[in-house]
Amino acid sequence: MLSRTRISIWFFIGLSLLVNGGLILAAGLYELPNPPQHPVILFNLHASIWWGGLLFLLGIFYSYHFTPTRTGDKQPSKPLAPGGDTHAQC
Amino acid sequence: MRAITAVYAATTLVHLSPVDIAIVVFYFALVLAIGLYLKGRTQTGEDFFLAGREMSAWIAGLSFLSANLGSLELMGWAAAAYQYGILATHWYWIGAIPAMLFLGLVMMPFYYISKTHSVPGYLKLRFGEPSRALAAISFAFMTVLMSGINMYSMALVMKVVLGWNINFSIWVSSLTVAVYVALGGLRSAIFNEVLQFVLIWAGALLIPILGLIDAGGWTALQVRIAHNASAEFTHLWSTLGSFSNNPMGIHWTGIVFGLGWVISFGYWTTDFLVVQRVLAAKDLRAAKMAPIIGAAFKMMVPFIVILPGLLALAVLPVKLTGETAALASGGHSYNEVLPLMLARYCGPGLLGLGITALMAGFMSGMAGNVSAFTTVWTYDIYRALIRRNANDKHYVDMGRWCTVLGVLISVGTAYLVMQFASIMDYVQALFATFIAPLFGTVLLGMLWKRTTSAGGFWGLLVGTLSSIAMWGWVKMDPSALRYVALSPHARFMAEDMYRALWSWMVCVVVTVIVSYSTKPPAVAELTGLVYGVTPLPSEAHVAIYKRPAFWAVVIALVFVALNVIFW
Repeated sequence: MLSRTRISIWFFIGLSLLVNGGLILAAGLYELPNPPQHPVILFNLHASIWWGGLLFLLGIFYSYHFTPTRTGDKQPSKPLAPGGDTHAQC
Repeated sequence: MRAITAVYAATTLVHLSPVDIAIVVFYFALVLAIGLYLKGRTQTGEDFFLAGREMSAWIAGLSFLSANLGSLELMGWAAAAYQYGILATHWYWIGAIPAMLFLGLVMMPFYYISKTHSVPGYLKLRFGEPSRALAAISFAFMTVLMSGINMYSMALVMKVVLGWNINFSIWVSSLTVAVYVALGGLRSAIFNEVLQFVLIWAGALLIPILGLIDAGGWTALQVRIAHNASAEFTHLWSTLGSFSNNPMGIHWTGIVFGLGWVISFGYWTTDFLVVQRVLAAKDLRAAKMAPIIGAAFKMMVPFIVILPGLLALAVLPVKLTGETAALASGGHSYNEVLPLMLARYCGPGLLGLGITALMAGFMSGMAGNVSAFTTVWTYDIYRALIRRNANDKHYVDMGRWCTVLGVLISVGTAYLVMQFASIMDYVQALFATFIAPLFGTVLLGMLWKRTTSAGGFWGLLVGTLSSIAMWGWVKMDPSALRYVALSPHARFMAEDMYRALWSWMVCVVVTVIVSYSTKPPAVAELTGLVYGVTPLPSEAHVAIYKRPAFWAVVIALVFVALNVIFW
């Protein structure tokens, strides 16, 4: 019987935080040497850098921790009967 | 990219950079990818309509809350906070927390043990087919209309904030929701709702943090609001002694009994849109914990919704007004408060995440409406009234087609609302009061074994009709508000509260009278459905810190403390 790995919702969330955090962090770092002509209020706090960095780090953690191959939870390719192995990954 | 820039007008509230657009596009790609991936895991009716009943308490709890966070929730209540002050918080605290805890501790065992697919399905088990048909048809009709109203609201926001063409916003968002829900069913809706929940917090949390720094802290914020608006704007309860002493024109009895009891309990315990998420829990303990986890997060939502509205009162250099005045003067309306705060603090990237958070909120609400509509249509209308004995695959196919159909009807409603804006007010007012009699019926059905099938049906029908009659009375004769809402100073929000209270009371009285006039049901028929004749699993062997009741008490204490602090 063929099997494929289940992907956890937390992996998708990690991926989202990783990409979004990375883009925000990169935009914040770009603005350091190239400050905008019309900066937002409290630009001096560089929220893009610390908020983007935080999301990026959380993204790394969740993406790695819930990587499908790492969690190693398999399910058969055929549909499970009701009441079968239904608890994993959710 | 050319297609995107083609619909991007020059006069907008905020301007998206390429990084922002990349974040928005990535979000749409990810939700579609999740739907495609989950299609392979959605084969049976149990998979499609109840997500295989395999969700943990956390997933079910976050999804339960996220389905409610959609539509006008983020923008509308931030605007209400600007307009009415901290009183808007009542819709998050007394208007939600007690009901969510009650659902988890008292009502969830009966929903879950009865193995019903839906709230109308529970009514079928308890009261028979007529009650189910009445509740299912009303719910399906209202839900699909609400979905269209939400869709139109989102498109309007995107037009105001980003300058996007209104047709483009409606079709892109609705087709995206249709694809991922039709592919993966409730499981896909739940997965995306949890993702959307995280994005909402990631995108919206910076505004209150930076806003508080900008305003100089909470105490300085109170002083500035007292100067710019009124000191009453930062008090939850102390101004509710009279209808005329607070900006909302409401009395504490309306908040406690109308909102805190009937509307809140009706919505959180019987609206299938939210209850469906909890029915997908993997076991009874998870089903009981899910609303309690949802309550913990619900209590924190004012931080990202109400506080930005209050902060705007203190820090924005412009004065916001109602829609009509804003259109006439070319200024900004209350509904633009959240995008204005977003534009004030968020640069490239953060702005894209904030806009994604708004879209995620709208789409999670839309998906919630569509998946609930699909289940009620397929199980409680189509299977019960049209085709009883088809195989499981037929009902899954029907669910998939119904998802697409539901979205198309919603799109039609969105265009209808565009032509006749007053429809929005009508449907929202009726929806708010329809759930009040339903709550009376379900509550008596679960807790009072003497309730009969006839009592349940007639109580629900007369309660609903009384609600519609009161609404029509005030529409035809606005001075009737003094009778419905007990004061000539009452405003439209107070009217909803009291109409809900009266219609619930009508439902309960009619149910009790008819039940005593008819033959009581046999106890054997009530097992698994009614308190007192249903054996509930003991939790004596479970550690105290793992018991739902323990966490419910913790949350109740925090709820009381918050109300006292902001009294």
